[in-house]
Amino acid sequence: MQQQFEVIDHYLMIRLPEEIDHRSSSEISRRADHMILDREVSDVVFDFSDTKFMDSSGIGVLAGRHRKISCFGGKVYVIHADERIRRILRMSGLTDLVEIME
Amino acid sequence: MENEIRMEMAALPENEGFARIAVAAFLTPLNPTVEEICDVKTAVSEAVTNAVIHAYDGQGGRIRISCRLEGDLLHMEIEDFGKGIEDVKQAMEPLFTTRADLERSGMGFAFMEAFMDGLEVESTPGKGTKVIMEKKLGNEPWVSCGE
Ligand SMILES: Nc1ncnc2c1ncn2[C@@H]1O[C@H](COP(=O)(O)OP(=O)(O)O)[C@@H](O)[C@H]1O
Ligand SMILES: [Mg+2]
Repeated sequence: MQQQFEVIDHYLMIRLPEEIDHRSSSEISRRADHMILDREVSDVVFDFSDTKFMDSSGIGVLAGRHRKISCFGGKVYVIHADERIRRILRMSGLTDLVEIME
Repeated sequence: MENEIRMEMAALPENEGFARIAVAAFLTPLNPTVEEICDVKTAVSEAVTNAVIHAYDGQGGRIRISCRLEGDLLHMEIEDFGKGIEDVKQAMEPLFTTRADLERSGMGFAFMEAFMDGLEVESTPGKGTKVIMEKKLGNEPWVSCGE
């Protein structure tokens, strides 16, 4: 999988893969949670630069990470999401939970 | 254009991507837009993933997919022989999920409905589920010149 995970300050930056589906999403969540527990992460940034496809599995990844970090005051950010991804996030009510940048 | 394909595959996560690509390839002779391909791929992904996760509880089984083109109308059926759905109306409500433990969002049927032009779900508990979808392709009309 080509996505990257990196902690900068207290931000966990996740560069998402080309396709976010059932298969890739469980791996993303698993690795993200590992780093959230392990490192001093308060906020998570999902970078959609490379993403060409996302189904409803991706909604679970974002909502799940929001649930994990929001009780400690953390926030979830979305960057470089195209119009289609934004539409999917809006339809799912995620725009109330995560901050969409740009 | 008239055409038809049928496929049967094991209900495994590995085959979700294959199902999306196979259906997208079936549509290419129609010259669909990127948006239309994306819509259909999303719907296929939702229905196939549901069979993998819900119908067979991740234990594997069979999924049957058939696609038919009648002119610019795509007719698609995705069928499993798993546990079925007790209350289809409730299952189709946005955000309803029985697998919050797996971080399912309950948006699968909502996306199928939003990205396709028609959605019907036939299900018998203990027997299986058939998701029937339709989409009209090539909706961007040509602007005729010199009219
Ligand atoms: N093929 C299927 N077999 C059995 N149950 C299903 C099937 N498809 C959907 N369901 C039921 O309908 C619910 C809603 O489906 P969906 O909208 O795709 O949301 P999600 O998959 O995120 O739970 C599922 O949680 C499941 O209980
Ligand atoms: Mg689903």
